[in-house]
Amino acid sequence: MAPFDDKQPDAQDAVIRVRGLVTRFGPQVVHDGLDLDVRRGEVLGVVGGSGTGKSVLLKEILGLIRPADGRIELLGRDTADLPEAERVALQARTGVLFQNGALFSSMTVAQNVMVPLREHTDLSAALAAEIARVKIAMSGLPPNAGAKFPSELSGGMIKRAGLARALALDPDILFLDEPTAGLDPIGAAAFDQLIRNLQRSLGLTVFMVTHDLDSLTSICDRIAVLVDKKIRVGTLEEHLRDPHPWIHDYFHGPRGRAARHAES
Amino acid sequence: MARERAWLESSRAGDGEWLLTALGHWDLKAAGSLSGTLDRFALDGGGAVSLDLSRLDAMDTVGAYLLSALSDRLKAAGHGVDLAAIRPEHAALFDAVREVGPPPVERAETHHPILDMLERTGRTAVDGLREGRDLLSFLGLIAITFGRLIVNPRRLRFRSVMFHIEQTGLNALPILGLLSFLIGVVLAFQGADQLRRFGAELFVVNLLGVSILREIGILMTAIIVAGRSGSAFTAQIGTMKVNQEVDAISTLGLDVVELLVVPRALALMITLPLLAFYADIMGLFGGAVMSYATLDITFGQFIRQLHGAVTLPHFLVGLVKAPVFALVIAMVGCYEGLKVSGSAESVGTLTTKSVVESIFLVIVLDAVFSVLFSFLRL
Repeated sequence: MAPFDDKQPDAQDAVIRVRGLVTRFGPQVVHDGLDLDVRRGEVLGVVGGSGTGKSVLLKEILGLIRPADGRIELLGRDTADLPEAERVALQARTGVLFQNGALFSSMTVAQNVMVPLREHTDLSAALAAEIARVKIAMSGLPPNAGAKFPSELSGGMIKRAGLARALALDPDILFLDEPTAGLDPIGAAAFDQLIRNLQRSLGLTVFMVTHDLDSLTSICDRIAVLVDKKIRVGTLEEHLRDPHPWIHDYFHGPRGRAARHAES
Repeated sequence: MARERAWLESSRAGDGEWLLTALGHWDLKAAGSLSGTLDRFALDGGGAVSLDLSRLDAMDTVGAYLLSALSDRLKAAGHGVDLAAIRPEHAALFDAVREVGPPPVERAETHHPILDMLERTGRTAVDGLREGRDLLSFLGLIAITFGRLIVNPRRLRFRSVMFHIEQTGLNALPILGLLSFLIGVVLAFQGADQLRRFGAELFVVNLLGVSILREIGILMTAIIVAGRSGSAFTAQIGTMKVNQEVDAISTLGLDVVELLVVPRALALMITLPLLAFYADIMGLFGGAVMSYATLDITFGQFIRQLHGAVTLPHFLVGLVKAPVFALVIAMVGCYEGLKVSGSAESVGTLTTKSVVESIFLVIVLDAVFSVLFSFLRL
């Protein structure tokens, strides 16, 4: 049996390990021999220009798209050709917040959060409802939000509800696809802080695709930049010294400077 | 007893104080069995409780919630509860869950089944009346827009009208033709069966001619078009509404009714009479084939008998209803489409509603027409 207590935040082992990843869409090569390690307990921000395959990488790690070549390990398991039962068990240990929340529109927020609880656990209905209430509150939503339908929520509340659903099973890894896109700066900063707090209290590893320079500077431990069909991982300081033209323009452009200035 | 995944140990300290120690894995997997045990958990005798969480192996949100609920319940039972020790990596999570607090006290609402039913009936009735009023005002809106387009015909989206004529008319021909043909076959077969007893087989032709031309041809056409095109109108406009395309049309200074509703209504008002005529012909053809097969009535005899049985008014009575039905179907389809709000689910609900509503209205109007024609002695 696998050891249960594997949420040691100080362990430096990789929970996501990508080796030699190749992605092709017809003649177009998106990733060519990409390697990436995501360490346990870190917040990794993934950036890159449009069309460099950030969201594709996210979907490949989640098993929604099959790469043309390469190896993806999630929590020490190779995701390719995994037996159905193990694949489901692995999915229960990852949570995903999609860009537009992807809440089930026919269900209330509380029912949305309860979907994974009903599917993967043997909790009683009352306890599942209580857990859903706790998650909704921890995601920073008011108590009455649970009874609302997604169409009755604002953009920021939809993201928080999506986060509550992603966290329903206490996953080891949380995937976020542009979590602050479409939020106002105050809402975005609050959301960043929420992710940081949850990451600390739940011991999460966070894989975050983002364009928000403020998120990168304020909550990310390391930043992965997709350039030249590969990925370069480093801290903000390391990227600032990188002479690569795209990376230089990205972090030294007016917005990058403003974000760093605000941080310091 | 098999070792539990998570459990509590209680022991009595010297000065009447309880020491509760949580052990094992307090997580989602343990929660199912654990919550039952905790609900029954009680300490005999009072005294302060000291909770030791430093020796458990793992804790997730569910575990933290269960421990927090336990401490709340012990407090409610009159024990003083004190968190003696907790591992630092669990402290943040435990605090976060504690912060959520107890569930809000729900107001108990008293329900009376009969009163509830009365309330629902009243609500449904008022909703139905409101829907009728809104449809009527939508009809007015379409009429005004039509009027504007008659004054200024260059604003009519001719290309869009042609597109919808193709979609709702031409593409409906195969299904409508087949169904009308089959209805003709069935009518002839059933009629022949009954009329043969009186030796009046030839009157099958009269039966077919009158019933298909006056009622069945147009009614079949209207119902099929309502299911095929009315639903498509709702789904198309509804999806545009979800994508905010309808909002974009308004902000670009364009008229939603003129751009989306009138071309569809006009297209359907042109195609439905044509389709009804086509359905009449196919229905009669089906009847003729069946009459030949079972009653040996040749096509020549069939035509001669039909000529004597039906007059032009029979045909016109059927056809004059077509544009009215077309307007109703297009109006309901577009109206329900424009009512879509936000969610993808409402597109589905309203599409169903649009089909049901337009078929209902078509049949009601058909009855009204029957009464009207009998007054006019047609």
